[in-house]
Amino acid sequence: MNRTMRMTRFLAAIAATLWVLGAAAPALATATAMAADAPGRTMAQQATKALPPWNTTDHSKHDALKQEFKTGKDITDACLSCHSEAAAQFHQTIHWTWQASPQGEEAKYGKAAQSLNNFCISANRNEDQSCLSCHPGWGTSLDSGINCLNCHSRKQVNWDEAVEDLAAFSEAGDEESLEIAAEIRAELQAAAQDIGRPERQNCGGCHFIGGGGDGVKHGDLDTSLIKPSKALDVHMGVDGQNFDCTRCHTTTQHNIAGRVYTRPAATDRKSLIEDDLTAKITCESCHSATPHAKGSKANDHTDRVACQTCHIPEMARELPTKMTWDWSTAGKLKDGKTYYTKDEFGKKDYLSIKGSFTWAKNVRPEYFWYNGTIKSVTAADMIDPGGEVAVSWPEGGPEDENSRIAPFKVHRGRQPYDKVHKTLLVPLLSGNEGYWKTLDWQGALAKGQAANGLPYSGDFDFVATTYVFPTTHMVAPKEKTLACNECHTRDDGRLQNVAGVYMPGRDRTGLLDMLGWVAVAGSLFGVFCHGIGRCLTNGKREES
Amino acid sequence: MKKMVPIYLYTRYERFWHWLQAALIAILLVTGFEVHGTFNLLGFEQAVNVHNWVGLTWLVAFAFFVFWVHTTGEWKQYVPTTKKMFEVIRYYVIGIFRGESHPFPKRKEAKHNPVQRLTYLALAAALLPVQMLTGFLYWGYNEWAAWGLSEWLSLELVAVLHMAGAFAILCFLVVHLYMITTGHSITAHTKAMITGWEDVEEGVVIESWEKAS
Repeated sequence: MNRTMRMTRFLAAIAATLWVLGAAAPALATATAMAADAPGRTMAQQATKALPPWNTTDHSKHDALKQEFKTGKDITDACLSCHSEAAAQFHQTIHWTWQASPQGEEAKYGKAAQSLNNFCISANRNEDQSCLSCHPGWGTSLDSGINCLNCHSRKQVNWDEAVEDLAAFSEAGDEESLEIAAEIRAELQAAAQDIGRPERQNCGGCHFIGGGGDGVKHGDLDTSLIKPSKALDVHMGVDGQNFDCTRCHTTTQHNIAGRVYTRPAATDRKSLIEDDLTAKITCESCHSATPHAKGSKANDHTDRVACQTCHIPEMARELPTKMTWDWSTAGKLKDGKTYYTKDEFGKKDYLSIKGSFTWAKNVRPEYFWYNGTIKSVTAADMIDPGGEVAVSWPEGGPEDENSRIAPFKVHRGRQPYDKVHKTLLVPLLSGNEGYWKTLDWQGALAKGQAANGLPYSGDFDFVATTYVFPTTHMVAPKEKTLACNECHTRDDGRLQNVAGVYMPGRDRTGLLDMLGWVAVAGSLFGVFCHGIGRCLTNGKREES
Repeated sequence: MKKMVPIYLYTRYERFWHWLQAALIAILLVTGFEVHGTFNLLGFEQAVNVHNWVGLTWLVAFAFFVFWVHTTGEWKQYVPTTKKMFEVIRYYVIGIFRGESHPFPKRKEAKHNPVQRLTYLALAAALLPVQMLTGFLYWGYNEWAAWGLSEWLSLELVAVLHMAGAFAILCFLVVHLYMITTGHSITAHTKAMITGWEDVEEGVVIESWEKAS
């Protein structure tokens, strides 16, 4: 065999190798294509197929609902005349009690207990009447009975206003008033006959405007979810799955699945396959723990990274959400009067009665280890005013196998605290003696603390605080999923501050990197010097 | 200068294996350092994909190499020795600048000088296998629980070992690329690894201990 032939054969072998390597490229492409066929999505779509309407009753045909209602209680009684157990059930739920638990350690948490936040701070044991506009009873009294229509009527009515007006106009007695009263009665009757499971606007009537306005509290819940596009929310999008809230917030005996104060939304991670009656409240309920295509690296993340982290790249994508609230600037007057200013979103960014706000859209969440439980301080708990006080914070850590790295909205505030007792203070805001009327902190704080049965030294100042909301709604279409290098990067990655996990691309061992590069540089320097030496002494070689 | 004669030194498989491994290692170094965050070229995701596929390919190809080394008896070329080691070191430190001949001429039966033997043994038997093992563990991170490793192995430890190996291979590559220019001409060694034929000085006697077979 001559050398040319050998050369030819060798080149043939190289070509064969390149061909084999080339064959691997389509395999790579196939793997990418397979990622599009996520079994977890298929499974969820099968589990949530839309059913044709199957109700066996038409509420407009029930005699009990054809009567002329005079009060809210009349309507509730009509409902209960058939749904005999509904009130008893509902009275046990947190929607009614506003307490994490009726007794035990958790009883102190809740709007009706001693929980507080860094928005309107506290409901002051329901002394703050304006808070009660969201309580699902008739009127602002806790004794007024439940309002079934709040959650079950498909008509949108300001219920408390309607029944108040009805009473007032009926009592006035003149012809015009009675006409108006008749109109209101007709409206209420129509509302009482148009009944169904809670729809998005029922839940959203309170939850989209928590904190007293659209998108104030949650970055992932606002009125844009009443008729969302698929781009805003893949589950709720009217051009997509068109889910109502209750599709995931499943219900047993009026208890609606979801996180409340100290209690996580789910204590175990089960899919429908493992337990077909499980609450559908977690992503895994329908999508399983390994929803991506087999062999996809994304499946290798689900043990440490929450689904929401990659699938909700930004919150408040349509409407702005409130990011900060500084109570310490409240009380300024213009020409002796209260006033407000607006920001570029048309949102109020200063109110004399509330202080300064900032709003933001397309907010990048902050990320923390989270096992589903949110911890919080109450009005009775001591704080350390030396630094930023966490009013609520996610529980969890890298050692806890139930913890995942999850996205949060962090709302930052400045709010009053007691310099002597070292507790956060709960001012009374609404009503004639509330801060919003008086602009007098001392009076409002004394009233609020008294309503909660808590002491007040009279010496207050403002302290910086944080309050967290898990970000879980507004799941984006798969094209918007976070790219790997949003987190796997050295600089300003999303998970830059998440400790306890080694992340390639983000983490390195400084000493090893230094030694490594010194060795590489040393090698380069060594061969460079050796090469120079050879060049300089090259002549000698010729002589030998 | 003594007369040079060509000898057929590297068989087809050896050359194929050398260049395949060279290509695999080059790709692994580039994508590996990108995954490490040193620079941005393919993007993290693609760098990981390529690194994984090439790494697994290397693992399989290396098994063939191990098989070849065993069946052909070529493993004897890697048996370490201290004989003539001092002379070889002295040649690269002093002799090469004086135009001396290499104290260890290459022959079919003895392809590697004592320093090469040691280097390539360390490379083929220690550094590369360790790199493959740590790489495989890194790749299989999510199976650790099933493999019974999660209790005592940390990803950071595996990452540190894998990185240390990467730096060592990069250092080897720097020196190796330089050393191939130290033949009787700058390109002599490279040519030999492509064609298989190396020019050596005529009439050198190979001592029996140097012979591989």
